[in-house]
Amino acid sequence: MKKLSRNQTFLLITIPVLALFFCFNTLPLIKGLMYSFTNFKGFGSYDWVGFRNYADLFSDARVGKSYLFTFKFAVVATILTNVIALLLALGLNGKIRAKSALRGVYFVPRILGGLVVGYIFGYIFTYILPAVTGGSSMLSNTKTAWFAIVIVAAWQSIAQTTLIYISGLQTVPEDVYEAGAIDGATGWKSFKNLTFPLIIPFFSINLVLSMKDFLMVFDQIMAMTKGGPAQSTESISYLIYNNGMGGGQFGFQSANAVIFFIVIVAISVFQLNFTGKKEEQL
Amino acid sequence: MKQKNRVAATTNWPLTILLIVGCLTVIFPLYMTIIIAFKKPSEMTNDIAGLLSLPKTWSLENFAEAMRVTDFWHSLGYSVMITIVTVVLAILIHSLAGYAIGRSMAKSRFYKVSYLYIVSGMFVPFAILMMPLVKQTAQMGVDNWFGVILCYLVFYMPMNVMLYTGYLKNIPIALEEAAFVDGATTWQTYWKVIFPIMSPMHATVAVLTALGTWNDVMTPLVIMSGTGANTLPLAQLTFQTQFGTNYNLAFASYLLALLPILVFYLICQKQIINGVVNGAVK
Repeated sequence: MKKLSRNQTFLLITIPVLALFFCFNTLPLIKGLMYSFTNFKGFGSYDWVGFRNYADLFSDARVGKSYLFTFKFAVVATILTNVIALLLALGLNGKIRAKSALRGVYFVPRILGGLVVGYIFGYIFTYILPAVTGGSSMLSNTKTAWFAIVIVAAWQSIAQTTLIYISGLQTVPEDVYEAGAIDGATGWKSFKNLTFPLIIPFFSINLVLSMKDFLMVFDQIMAMTKGGPAQSTESISYLIYNNGMGGGQFGFQSANAVIFFIVIVAISVFQLNFTGKKEEQL
Repeated sequence: MKQKNRVAATTNWPLTILLIVGCLTVIFPLYMTIIIAFKKPSEMTNDIAGLLSLPKTWSLENFAEAMRVTDFWHSLGYSVMITIVTVVLAILIHSLAGYAIGRSMAKSRFYKVSYLYIVSGMFVPFAILMMPLVKQTAQMGVDNWFGVILCYLVFYMPMNVMLYTGYLKNIPIALEEAAFVDGATTWQTYWKVIFPIMSPMHATVAVLTALGTWNDVMTPLVIMSGTGANTLPLAQLTFQTQFGTNYNLAFASYLLALLPILVFYLICQKQIINGVVNGAVK
């Protein structure tokens, strides 16, 4: 057998990998873009409709509502997750006993599947909380159902976010605090002026990761509300799945998916630039 | 060692106790799942004491029934098979791709572009690929577990290739040159020298890919639906209507679905936590 050169070997590896990636990522992406200009129902024949789907998207109340819900959900969940995780990380990084056991317990929600967790919390919100408070279920009220989803999503997401903050806090050398303490920086002052600036890279990782995950929320909604009550918890992913796959709106929801894709890219680029600049300033 | 002594000397007990109490937020939903899974429907009352009390007898009846209703062993089999095959192929293919691309990126425009092309796939939400992928996998005759694996190999490629190329930067090329001098080809050098050195990254990739595939619902939901086969999380969704209002049966099934990953976490807690944190921070 002829010996392959280094470059030939690399090409023989890279080309099939690129082909696979193209086939299951780029090709469906192009097809999705194509379908977004048609009135395809998911079956049967279809016609080209130009930009009609896109024009309709902006006047469709249900789509607008799903964007509002998804963003409200993602922003609130990101803030809640990061505030709690940061506090938890400071605690778990403190002078405590049973440190690794505690970290191990707080990490458990990360490994559990979102769907089953959603079912379990669905039961808590439907039966246990009303039994405690004497009120009705959060999930049956259009004003509170979205926050129930925030709680579940944050419960799961806090686990990983906390661990990332802890690994950030561990990069801060002990003498920074000692030097700070001499200058009178303790407690909140020490956190604001010493700790936080040093863990900003970890803060930006967490913001980007949690925001992206929350914008794509699906499992918890599938398990807890199916978008209800009165479509008040219908996330963009859920709407695309529900109406695109089963509702005869394949073409229309493809257009929705294209816009969603552009929004995700724009937010990611913005977040990376924004947090990148902040790091430079410091 | 020095640090450990200092911690032991001044344990912050209020903080330790606060954090232990905080663990209840994680333990309570799991506690509830376990007791409901063991109870009989007749033991379920609507007052809070009845909801949270321990079952009168610890019978396995609900589990046997749940296994029968959800076709547990088949679903477990599919989940295990999909996860293991995906992880093994991801480690082999993504590390090879990371190697070929990472070693050539600096010199060649083609590989630099290939790298950016693959990594940019990270921004593509599943929602936009979903509908075209359903059509495409059906046309290709892979609208089954195998198609799901192919999709995972592509979905995790951006992250994994980025992790491998990043890790490769710290492996000096001189290590390979020694093998070349002995007459080894690039292919042989890779498997004998580079692949073993990348073990820490294999662990990270394995953990992230395994957690993602094991818990994913959306991909098997849209691609495997209609084949009659389920993964473990998907089975919870599929048989939701059959559980009806028999929450004891449902929770026995949820517990069975959570158990494998919980056991796995107990065994390799450290590797899982490290994997998740490394994957996010690097």
